[in-house]
Amino acid sequence: MAQHSSKGARFQAVTANRLSDGEVVYLTPDNQWAETFAAADISDGPEAGDALLARALPADFELHVLEPYLFEVLQDASHFKPASVREIIRAAGPTVRLDLGKQDDAKRES
Amino acid sequence: MYRYDEFDHQLVSERVKQFRGQVERRVSGELSEDAFKPLRLMNGVYLQLHAYMLRVAIPYGTLSSKQLRMQAHIARKYDRGYGHFTTRQNIQFNWPALDKIPDLLEELATVEMHAIQTSGNCIRNVTSDQYAAAIDGEVEDPRIISEIIRQWSTFHPEFTYLPRKFKIAVTGHDNDRAAIKLHDIGIVIKQNELGDVGYEIHVGGGQGRTPFIAKKMADFVPKAQLLAYLEAVMRVYNMLGRRDNSYKARIKIMVHETGEVEMRRLIEAEFAKIDASQMLAVPPAEIDRISAYFASPEFETLPASSDVLEAAKTQDADFARWVRANVVAHKQDGYAIVNISLKPIGGVPGDASDVQMEAVADLAERYSFDEIRVTHEQNLVLPHIRLDDLKTVYDALHAHDLATANLGLISDTIACPGLDYCNLANARSIPLAQEISERFADLDRQYDIGELKIKISGCINACGHHHVGHIGILGVDKKGTEFYQISLGGSADENASIGKITGRAFTEETIVDAIETVVTTYTDMREGSERFIDTYRRVGLDPFKERLYAE
Repeated sequence: MAQHSSKGARFQAVTANRLSDGEVVYLTPDNQWAETFAAADISDGPEAGDALLARALPADFELHVLEPYLFEVLQDASHFKPASVREIIRAAGPTVRLDLGKQDDAKRES
Repeated sequence: MYRYDEFDHQLVSERVKQFRGQVERRVSGELSEDAFKPLRLMNGVYLQLHAYMLRVAIPYGTLSSKQLRMQAHIARKYDRGYGHFTTRQNIQFNWPALDKIPDLLEELATVEMHAIQTSGNCIRNVTSDQYAAAIDGEVEDPRIISEIIRQWSTFHPEFTYLPRKFKIAVTGHDNDRAAIKLHDIGIVIKQNELGDVGYEIHVGGGQGRTPFIAKKMADFVPKAQLLAYLEAVMRVYNMLGRRDNSYKARIKIMVHETGEVEMRRLIEAEFAKIDASQMLAVPPAEIDRISAYFASPEFETLPASSDVLEAAKTQDADFARWVRANVVAHKQDGYAIVNISLKPIGGVPGDASDVQMEAVADLAERYSFDEIRVTHEQNLVLPHIRLDDLKTVYDALHAHDLATANLGLISDTIACPGLDYCNLANARSIPLAQEISERFADLDRQYDIGELKIKISGCINACGHHHVGHIGILGVDKKGTEFYQISLGGSADENASIGKITGRAFTEETIVDAIETVVTTYTDMREGSERFIDTYRRVGLDPFKERLYAE
């Protein structure tokens, strides 16, 4: 699997795709899979990152999600945001179709 | 068009049933993802960034209106109202839910379509010339042999687990619109001095990480021996192709490492064995049976020119420009080939909405003998339109934002889905295509620039064919940020060439300016009626580099 987090990454989160429909999901502090990045558990430091990923790998998760992996998160003032363009796009939807993906749901809620 | 026989129907319907059971077992936990993934891939189901993606095969890029209407129905019922036509003449749906895909495939099968051979290390869906049976100067309709190859290759037990995927393209014309030299096997239908039809075979072309132009392996394989020859190529590759490193597993690497002469010797030795057995000699009666499906439409006897058309061109300048750019001469007097650009200015290359697909299907049914073609340049074609009907067809296309008059021009860009959708991509492709088309939106400027093929890939796998773009753009990732590398001088036609990289990559903010610099360098230097590619071949890379990287 491609590397989605740099060696020096401080903050990280775990993401996967949901088995039933491929929706992007994030591992939450209470070990659920949420559809929004805002609900993701954020680890601080490499060891905490490893521990976070370990929580995503139990066999029973395989019934719900595919290919969980760690990705780097940046802290911006009091907010966290994904570090890479790839993860920013996964968290929102295609940049060329703002009516599709999570960004569309966000619009509907606002 | 080819119609399924009982075996085709049985194969496809059994495959849908199998896949339904596999999905049910995956969802229930009976199958692990490791076990399920190769099965879903064999049915065209990929996992992309936001959702699953289903790739539907359009054999040799030919569709009936009923089949295109089914794509519109699928887009509406199972997806988000649109489909994406690809550089493999296929269509992809970006948002289907896994548990609904068996239902989708069942509906697809009702119009004799499927997603077989759109993924996995097998012989993939055969591609061909979008002007087949409509263009003058063709030796033979390439779809006949494409269909025979489809039947031979589908579920071929020996070639289901090849070292890597394998792509075959066929053209029946000297002007190559199927990029045959960039395929694992490229076939050119030829006629020899005795008047016999046979096949010139090119082997080992491809793009991706290590691009190669195919080597000509045989000048003339007689008609009845084609499958024996293809089987020989496949068998040599299957036995000796590398399985230790997926980056080196395509036949192009084998041809390169083995050498053209030795490769030819290996193929011919195998061919002699297979040919002697006569196992794969295609009976003339079977060729005739399949040929009959592709019989020429019943064209009317019409004059070569149309007063109706000429009058309409005089009255409507936009229509006249569209005719000039998008309409191509037909082999039959009184008819024309209509190209439908899926590259509106600022649009997503290759995308078509459900409503647009239905509009094209309606036009095909009424005006084009029920046929639509998909091009590897991500456009559609109505192959047989009467000159008298061109204005009516144009007006209907225009009403659906399908009449952009930019075929082969700078805004007719190939772009892969890139990082907006694709799990493998390093950078976005589509926004760049959109910005370039907006920068050069002025059609008069596009006509002045002339034929210029920009091809954009979001990663080195080269689905956007950047290696063979007159201007190629490759998206690269540097620590999570997108950069774009330019290459120049590529070509996918009968004079195929691989582009050369200009130098260091450009940022998202500077890449469109860099493309404009390349274009103005060309327009400043061109002589007479030289196209971009002609000027590049005359002056080489250096003048472009100097202007691009001037301090």
